[in-house]
Amino acid sequence: MKFSIMVSEGPYTHQATDSAYQFAKAALAKGHEIMRVFFYHDGVNNGTRLTVPPQDDRHIVNRWSELGTKNNIDLVICIAAAQRRGLLDENEAKRQGKNADNIAPGFRISGLGQLVEAGIQSDRLVVFGD
Amino acid sequence: MLHIVNKSPFDTNALAGVLRVAKKEGSAVLLIEDGVYAAAKNSATEASLKAAGMPVYVLQPDADARGLQNRLMDGVNMVDYGGFVDLVAGHDNVQSWL
Repeated sequence: MKFSIMVSEGPYTHQATDSAYQFAKAALAKGHEIMRVFFYHDGVNNGTRLTVPPQDDRHIVNRWSELGTKNNIDLVICIAAAQRRGLLDENEAKRQGKNADNIAPGFRISGLGQLVEAGIQSDRLVVFGD
Repeated sequence: MLHIVNKSPFDTNALAGVLRVAKKEGSAVLLIEDGVYAAAKNSATEASLKAAGMPVYVLQPDADARGLQNRLMDGVNMVDYGGFVDLVAGHDNVQSWL
């Protein structure tokens, strides 16, 4: 079955992103496909590669990056939510005249249409938030 | 429809909302995160969950993390994340009551 996931909470603030990750891993282990994870609202903070948690803590950002890359999951960050929170990819940094970008590997920035599309093209869309 | 509740019934009225409006037939409730507190034995919500008229599932890792493993009411079903996935796949729709 084809699943998509929406995450609307940031890392290390709420359990939502941990729950979503565990769900995604379990779905893949059962042979399902995760088509897309859409990061919305504070969820965009799951995609900054500048995150440096203590060594004895889970690295939520890297965990998503690895899961996405390994399983061909489209990790999409909402552009409007990202810009408000200072999350930029190379193109957006250029376009906004900023001197750095901070998007993590395996993530991309796009619009809300990607969430709608995920809802239409997936068999199930599961939402994790506060 | 699978109704997912992730908040304690003492924080929000999400669970009360589910129990009030959910179409019973073909529906189920899944308690995750702080939502698992609703299934604590002898809690104020025990009676309403027993009268839910639909199956109630509890995400075991979240119950365990909160020390509830031996303190859950009778009649609820424990699932791990794999069981969570099966519940999502087994219902036509999934609604997270955020």
